[in-house]
Amino acid sequence: MALVMAVFSLYLMWKSAELPIGWIPGKGPGGGAFPFWLSLGMLACCVAIILRWIARASPPSRSTEPFMTPETFKWFLLVAGSLTAMIALIHVIGVYGAVPLFLIFYVRFLGRHSWTTAGALAICTPVATFFFFEIALKKTLPKGFTEPLFYPLYDIFL
Amino acid sequence: MEVFSLLVNGFFIAFEPLNLSLVIAGVVVGLFIGAMPGLGSVNGVAILLPMTFLVPPTSAVIFLAAIYYGAMYGGAISSIMLGIPGASTAVATTFDGRPLALKGMADKALVAAATASFVGGTISVVLFTLFALPMAEVALAFGPPETFALMVLAFSTFIGLGGDDIAKTLFSIFIGLVFSAVGLDIISGEPRLIFGGLTGFYHGINFLVLAIGIYGIGEMLWTIEVSRGDVLMSKATVSFRRIINCLKELRSSAKTMVLSSLLGYFVGILPAAGATPGSLMAYGVAKTMAKNPETFGKGNVDGVVAPEAANNAASTGSMLPMLTLGIPGSPTTAILLGGMVIWGLEPGPLVFVDHPDFVWGLIASLYVANVFALLINIGFIPAFIWVLKMPFTILAPIIFVLCVIGGYVPTQDMHDVWLMLIFGVVGYMMRKLDYPMAPAVLAIVLGPLAEPALRQSLIGSHGDVMIFFERPISGSIMAIAIILFALPLVKLVKARWKRAT
Repeated sequence: MALVMAVFSLYLMWKSAELPIGWIPGKGPGGGAFPFWLSLGMLACCVAIILRWIARASPPSRSTEPFMTPETFKWFLLVAGSLTAMIALIHVIGVYGAVPLFLIFYVRFLGRHSWTTAGALAICTPVATFFFFEIALKKTLPKGFTEPLFYPLYDIFL
Repeated sequence: MEVFSLLVNGFFIAFEPLNLSLVIAGVVVGLFIGAMPGLGSVNGVAILLPMTFLVPPTSAVIFLAAIYYGAMYGGAISSIMLGIPGASTAVATTFDGRPLALKGMADKALVAAATASFVGGTISVVLFTLFALPMAEVALAFGPPETFALMVLAFSTFIGLGGDDIAKTLFSIFIGLVFSAVGLDIISGEPRLIFGGLTGFYHGINFLVLAIGIYGIGEMLWTIEVSRGDVLMSKATVSFRRIINCLKELRSSAKTMVLSSLLGYFVGILPAAGATPGSLMAYGVAKTMAKNPETFGKGNVDGVVAPEAANNAASTGSMLPMLTLGIPGSPTTAILLGGMVIWGLEPGPLVFVDHPDFVWGLIASLYVANVFALLINIGFIPAFIWVLKMPFTILAPIIFVLCVIGGYVPTQDMHDVWLMLIFGVVGYMMRKLDYPMAPAVLAIVLGPLAEPALRQSLIGSHGDVMIFFERPISGSIMAIAIILFALPLVKLVKARWKRAT
């Protein structure tokens, strides 16, 4: 992780250096100075973390436990994967299509609850979301290609 | 007397029907969130902040502060009933709360926790009321160098008192500050750190995206990993007579309550310390001062009273620097501070001058929230126990959905939702490797305040950094910060020297 972050710090330094990082007479520090020197600090921390890892001076470096057991990894993949799929689907079928699918997958297949529980949640959550966000807060949520289906609802409630 | 009249005005605001109902709703929501294993005030406030756009800023902050308060009360419920701390702030409550529950005295522990929380909350709100105005008046004289020195002090407390790996803590602070610099440069207006040329980065990285990512998604992934084992729920019989008896027995714990409240309040003011170390310290002090320290850990009521009084007092304490100096005293107040910026209020002492209704409405609502939290907590103990039985596989997806929608609403940009997912997953992995995450959240909130303060100071001094050390107030603050930065080094040298001799 520290190695990845060290590379990321270098990238941040390079990116910050697109703006002046030194002193501009009359204007003070350049726009890139603040992030540049902080990224340098990040890099220094990463080097320290890597050195401590090599010297086995920190608790995680001495731990013999695996970073993730196969069981944990499986769960992590399922949960993070379904979340990613839901967010990707929001672009296509919108919140009101992706959220019920995610809830059914999680509650029915990961949680092994009954179809009734999964179905009830998959219906109630989007309905509550619609009334709270779209009607009360007037914040429209992404709907993908399902957008036209909501026009009659807007006519009724807004 | 000025404080008194301002407070009375504050009570008029707190008792407005909308605000009063928000206090009650916030307390109830907070109690439930606090009672859920793995979720604490910071998660609740981060996930629910985007839902407050419906009401004016004063009502919004009152609602979120009530959640903060409620969660402090609620954390004890799962600590006692399940033996799993509802939030990190209630870790110390499990030490004696759980043994009491296993002995069949769960009601005694729950009543003790609620009463101690009430005493801790009330004492700290009174202290808060007395300290707020003088502190804000001092802070009004602050210029950019003092503001920057304060930020340095806030970060130094993480190094000196945080107790985590120093390199990782510093890394967390730096990355938070760098992320806060994404977007348009505040002085030249030029775009900077626009990764991959994505237009979503032009509006900067909203602190909420990082906060919901880490405290919503990351925390849920963490909780799913650690809470898959079976938990044993204790039984609690609750009746009015038993509650009255428990309250009578609590008279002997009055001294512990008051002492722990004072300790918690002052520890809570420090940004890195907050409610968790405050409650652990209070537990330690109560045990040291007890006549029968050997009973601690086996079901001593004082072992429940001390951490609960302290964690509530600390939550109020952490609001003092937030309101008066614009520096949050805890991750939860960091999010509240970010909320103030979204609502269009400039954090810092000027809030007391420009928006007295906001400040005093909030302070008065803390008094009100305390009373309601106590009543609702004791009255609804059976309801909380019922909710604790709710399977995590139902709660988790609902929270994920709330996170995704909450991440989208402030900017209405899907770019932020993806960023939040990345922060959540990376945050979860970093947490597994012992990287502290709270400093990063604090840094992304403080970054937009720290950078202009630094640049304005340096422009004023023509690049001379001594400006931070030569002015009396900023010089003293910097001196304390340097001492805190050096503290771990001194400890290390001392330990080596001890080993050598």
